[in-house]
Amino acid sequence: MLAGMDSFQATIDADGRIEPRDAMPEGYRKTLIRQIAQHAHSEIIGMQPEGNWISRAPSLRRKAILMAKVQDEAGHGLYLYAAAETLGVDRADLLDLLHSGRQKYSSIFNYPTLTWADIGAIGWLVDGAAIVNQVPLCRCSYGPYARAMVRVCKEESFHQRQGFEILHTLCNGTPAQKAMAQDALDRWWWPSLMMFGPPDSASTHSEQSMAWGIKRHSNDELRQRFVDMTVPQADVLGLKVPDEGLSYDEETGHYRFTEPDYTELYDVVKGNGPCNQQRLAHRVKAHEDGAWVREAAAAYAGKQASRREGSAA
Amino acid sequence: MIEPLWEVFVRSRRGLSHTHVGSLHAPDATMALRNARDVYTRRQEGVSIWVVRAADITASSPDEKDEFFDPAGDKVYRHPTFYQVPEGVEHL
Ligand SMILES: [Fe+2]
Ligand SMILES: [Fe+2]
Repeated sequence: MLAGMDSFQATIDADGRIEPRDAMPEGYRKTLIRQIAQHAHSEIIGMQPEGNWISRAPSLRRKAILMAKVQDEAGHGLYLYAAAETLGVDRADLLDLLHSGRQKYSSIFNYPTLTWADIGAIGWLVDGAAIVNQVPLCRCSYGPYARAMVRVCKEESFHQRQGFEILHTLCNGTPAQKAMAQDALDRWWWPSLMMFGPPDSASTHSEQSMAWGIKRHSNDELRQRFVDMTVPQADVLGLKVPDEGLSYDEETGHYRFTEPDYTELYDVVKGNGPCNQQRLAHRVKAHEDGAWVREAAAAYAGKQASRREGSAA
Repeated sequence: MIEPLWEVFVRSRRGLSHTHVGSLHAPDATMALRNARDVYTRRQEGVSIWVVRAADITASSPDEKDEFFDPAGDKVYRHPTFYQVPEGVEHL
């Protein structure tokens, strides 16, 4: 019979799942809390660049779709905060860490959405990259995180398709519409490649996360997968991926591509992206503006509970 | 003030049991049900929802899982595969 850490390692070695009340190394717990929290923060901050276009969507159909998509992202954030809480932290504390800048979210959401085509590019590229990152997480060794990812992945495919459809429509429209789509691809391509994190040679947490079954593929593997998947889709749109070094390698069956400028990634993560301050300020304001709702709901619940107690006595 | 945590169970369709789908925070049971609808059934994933305060659940302890489930370990005769069926006997 195995107890404590022996049981943990045996479960990991057998590719089993760790559940909330199992014994686990402190490092495993901390790594998961950090990763799940930052993933949750990314989902809710990610509502902002798209929310920016809800009131300006070009048709009622597009507006309804965009609202549903942004609502899904709120849902993804909630699944993930709930998964993080099974590790013994409070959602309220995680939000404090986000609001005070001590926990990060994906750097991609610090770029602005300048045109309607950006909404297409986000669905196609950003949700596309998120899918490549998230599919392997459905097999993560931590049960609640893996289960949340299964739900998320089911919902993401609609996100990617609606984005592609927006661009496809623009690409088959007027020359100005097509140029708008190309401009969006030009601006979102490199930040999307950065979504997979630093190159393997510079990645700090990867090895331990792989050993623990939290991470299943390296950053560079996932980035390659994304490029291989996306380039043929750009061809269908008739758009040009803004990489002069891009070419198909017959021998390996993979595309060769130029690495993004990682100094930009580090810089945006540090807080110097075009929208970092705006995103965080908006998040904090939304949270503070909602305080009276939480207080009123709690007061109502308290009153109802005391009435029930009164009538039972 | 921290809103209590609720565990959410959804019956995906008639004929199936409620299954645990996740948790959420809400000040009371009514709000917990409404939030559960919005968070866990945006695509008609359910025909019925239960919410239970997480604090009201009593669970077996993972530390003693071996001893706790031991009694069933040596009772293989509870399974039909334990028994030898003579050649030629059908519908048994
Ligand atoms: Fe999402
Ligand atoms: Fe998404």
